[in-house]
Amino acid sequence: MKNNKALVIVLIVLAVVIVFAPLFIIGTDGGNIEYAGTDGQGGGVIAEIQGVEEEEVEPWFTPIMETLIGGELPGEMESLLFSIQTGIGVGILAYCFGYLVARKKYNLGTDAGSPSAQ
Amino acid sequence: MSMKLSLFEKRILAVSVVFAIFLSLPTPALGMHIMEGYLPIEYCVIWGVICIPFMVMGVIRLRKLSQDNPRILILLAMSGAFIFVISSLKIPSVTGSCSHMTGTGLSAVLFGPGITSILGLIVLIFQATLLAHGGLTSLGANAFSMAIAGPIIAWTLYRGFVMLRVNKLLAIGIAAALGDLLTYCVTSFQLALAYPSEVGGIMASALKFLAVFAPTQVPLAIVEGILTVLIIIGMQSFAAKEFKGTSFNFQEARQS
Repeated sequence: MKNNKALVIVLIVLAVVIVFAPLFIIGTDGGNIEYAGTDGQGGGVIAEIQGVEEEEVEPWFTPIMETLIGGELPGEMESLLFSIQTGIGVGILAYCFGYLVARKKYNLGTDAGSPSAQ
Repeated sequence: MSMKLSLFEKRILAVSVVFAIFLSLPTPALGMHIMEGYLPIEYCVIWGVICIPFMVMGVIRLRKLSQDNPRILILLAMSGAFIFVISSLKIPSVTGSCSHMTGTGLSAVLFGPGITSILGLIVLIFQATLLAHGGLTSLGANAFSMAIAGPIIAWTLYRGFVMLRVNKLLAIGIAAALGDLLTYCVTSFQLALAYPSEVGGIMASALKFLAVFAPTQVPLAIVEGILTVLIIIGMQSFAAKEFKGTSFNFQEARQS
């Protein structure tokens, strides 16, 4: 554990640097670089291969959500939903880690410890 | 021993099994983050059908795991949550576009590709229905790349590295990163199969899609490797007992 501490710190720093470096290296070029999702760029490549304009590639099925609300999900709403997904995941992770850390600290569950032993 | 499931564990088991059975019954005629409606229907169906045996294997393994080693479910829940978190984060890249990671390497190494395919599928369905991200029609194709092909590569690489006596943490980091990268290669290939280039056919087309996905994905794959190593360290430190039962220590498990 002790020798892991240095490793953990180095790894966290490294991850943060890699994630945010692009923003500083290429910046936003005065707002020209939008950091669009690559998933969405697939449609453009399909158009290019077929030799048509991107608008002419007709998806044959509209996302259920878009059908329900009659249009594309607004950007802010989309980030809300993505945050909810992150939140659910982090919540579960934090709960479990909290449980595990406390169990270790108070030496619970050496024999009968299970996730429900609380 | 196997009958002594606590209520909490029973619930998790029931939810996961019901979830899995419910999801594997209808033919998932739907793909990894190929957009809704962009994949021709015959490809949607074919990829969906290919996924079914993997999902079935996942359900069987999940049941066996919950019966043999219910304590380990906490790590399973964490691996699932990890995929949830990781795949919801859009990360910028030097190419000026964004992409997200898959997070499936962790559970692939800990629990094997079968169980991972179920976890991945749950995330994909969540994103397809609520986020209009990926899609229900492309679910089969997306499930194959993110929930099946990526994890199988990560799992295989990890075992290979460990047998070559590579440090386990290093091994899982590289395995998770390459599994992430390969997920996008498979996606490119799937799109190329459906949209072969007039000049050069499928391969030329695949390279074009790869040219879009790959440069963005390489740094993300490295980040995914790092995050996977971090959470493994956390699990090792605080859940050592449960951790012993995972496939992370597959060699010791075989000997005993």
